[in-house]
Amino acid sequence: MRKRVLMNGNDAIGEGAIRAGCEAYFGYPITPQNELTSYMANHMQAHGRVFIQAESEVAAVNMVFGAAVTGRRAMTSSSSPGISLKQEGLSYLAAAELPSVIVNVQRGGPGLGNIAPSQSDYFQATKGGGHGDYHLIVLAPYTVQEMHDFTIDAFALADRYRNPVMLLTDGRLGQMMEPLTLYAGRPQKIPAKPWALTGAKGRKPNHIRSLLLEDGALEQRNLHLQAKYKTILNELVGYDEYLTSDATVLVVAYGSSARIARGAIDQARAKGVKAGLLRPITLWPFPRARIRQLAGKVRGILVVEMSAGQMIEDVQLSAGDRVPLAFEGRMGGGIPEESAVVRAIQRLAKPPQRSARK
Amino acid sequence: MSPRLYSLTIDRERCKGCELCVDVCPRTVLALSPKLNSRGQHYAFVTNPASCIGCAQCSDMCPDAAIEIDEEESAHA
Amino acid sequence: MSPSRKPTQASRRSVYHRPVSLVNKPTHFCPGCGHGTAHKLIAEVLDSLKIREKTIGVAPVGCAVMAYYYLNCDISEAAHGRTPAVATGIKRCLPDRIVFSYQGDGDLAAIGMAETIHAANRGENITVIFVNNSVYGMTGGQMAPTTLSGQKTVTSPCGRDAHTMGSPIRVCELLNTLDAPWHIERVALDSPAGVRKTRKALLTAFKGQMEGKGYSLVEILSPCPIHMRLSPLEAVRFVKEGMVPAFPLGVFRREGKPVA
Repeated sequence: MRKRVLMNGNDAIGEGAIRAGCEAYFGYPITPQNELTSYMANHMQAHGRVFIQAESEVAAVNMVFGAAVTGRRAMTSSSSPGISLKQEGLSYLAAAELPSVIVNVQRGGPGLGNIAPSQSDYFQATKGGGHGDYHLIVLAPYTVQEMHDFTIDAFALADRYRNPVMLLTDGRLGQMMEPLTLYAGRPQKIPAKPWALTGAKGRKPNHIRSLLLEDGALEQRNLHLQAKYKTILNELVGYDEYLTSDATVLVVAYGSSARIARGAIDQARAKGVKAGLLRPITLWPFPRARIRQLAGKVRGILVVEMSAGQMIEDVQLSAGDRVPLAFEGRMGGGIPEESAVVRAIQRLAKPPQRSARK
Repeated sequence: MSPRLYSLTIDRERCKGCELCVDVCPRTVLALSPKLNSRGQHYAFVTNPASCIGCAQCSDMCPDAAIEIDEEESAHA
Repeated sequence: MSPSRKPTQASRRSVYHRPVSLVNKPTHFCPGCGHGTAHKLIAEVLDSLKIREKTIGVAPVGCAVMAYYYLNCDISEAAHGRTPAVATGIKRCLPDRIVFSYQGDGDLAAIGMAETIHAANRGENITVIFVNNSVYGMTGGQMAPTTLSGQKTVTSPCGRDAHTMGSPIRVCELLNTLDAPWHIERVALDSPAGVRKTRKALLTAFKGQMEGKGYSLVEILSPCPIHMRLSPLEAVRFVKEGMVPAFPLGVFRREGKPVA
């Protein structure tokens, strides 16, 4: 049996990045992701790789840009206010199609907010955040094991699609310790990157650009990006299901909220309500088709988030108006109570009551 | 020793007529042409080739790298 | 009648020929713009050090961004001001390549001042080429951090007022307070002698990088005739008579030591 180790989520991400062949990490202190930055400080140099504590989140993401330009695997991490600062860089990374990994260990917002876990950066992560028509690939782990595994996946996806990939997690998953099995497979094969800047030895110079002033060039770049995003939508959608085959109430939740939802589903089933969970693993691309399918089989859908309700808009778009949609969530670092989720499931399970006519 | 001869070539399509070369030439070798290049700009031309001393001040100042200079082997027979 | 790149006859000796590191096409720069001269000099230095094929340039937002049209080496864009951070990422990943950034005054000394100072303070082994022409060029002649006191721009229409708009920032002097930089020098494209000094300064900076000496910055005072609202000749005179007194020329840091 493979050896299990006990680690917190932030460290598990760091070790995942190292095992994925991350050659350069650039960070800036912000709670609740500091363990990750210090893990990288301790381990990157030991592996002969690049670690810089940058002067700001802005500088850090642009150092990632520089590292990615050379074709090296590179990562930065931060938490919500710092991720806001990185949005400019994310737009440029997406525009220049530079493979890169960005970790957001979310905390309460808006503004400086607090340092408690939150999921209120969903819109920012999945709908853009920076300027222009672009998408990040967004992965949402919900265990420390997945923090580790998805980090490794993130590097592979970034290279495969030449696109920035965000690991969207939260302070709770970052700080909590769980046993996990570390990746012990072969180092990933990094694809050839003929576009990388390495010095124009024996070839024409390469350019990494996002300023495209030539007539029609920017539209062409956008059409190319959209075609790529369509490919990603077709190939990459990932989700996990729990007890959905006979469910009358579908719960949709990701990350920390999905852990709470899972407990609530067990409770609801003990009370006789057949509830099931769909947990999106890729937040972009979002598992629309599967939710649409399940929406035709259930009496109601409950969305659980640590936010005012952001992912619920994607669930609504997926499910349409066929079933009632309910939301259970808390903001500002609050964590939804399992009992509240159970009650919300029970409410949806009841047959709809006709309102009394006057 | 025979006097040195320099040949000065101006790429009129690169030239934008800024006149920095004309201004800096110590021997009035260059002037601005009343004619226009294909981009509609006046361009510098060599008006007095024999006076060139090959000091390269014009090519140094030229923002458009439009001037090239060669030293000819003594032209005296 | 495009001139050949090399003397055609054995009997000729080249006095000056366009460097091969410069792409052979006219630039989009305005007549008399110092960017063209700066590009030409960089290309000459890449030629003379034979490093074109191992050099990676970083060009940010502004007139500087078009460097990839004219310099025949690998070049990446950078977001406005983030040039030293991008250059840092490149150089740390490829320490045996030659990495330079090519930045204007707005990029380097306004929006990118933090990145500028910290790259210098880390002693990144890169060469920063700072083209200071006292205005924002591409956006239409706005006030820059290096606009002279009293200088009129489209956003200081009555002249830059030191009391409300600050005074011109002297970047070389500022960076010279740090421990790490290896070479800091200010030159001016105000005369053939100035151009030659600029060439020499760039040579020193790139050579230092090749030898692993560390951070170098060459500030080039440069004419922007259009936005100085002067003819090319007057703009060169403005560099000499207006800018040089405000930005003293010379080597500020040599071999890692401040020059007294």
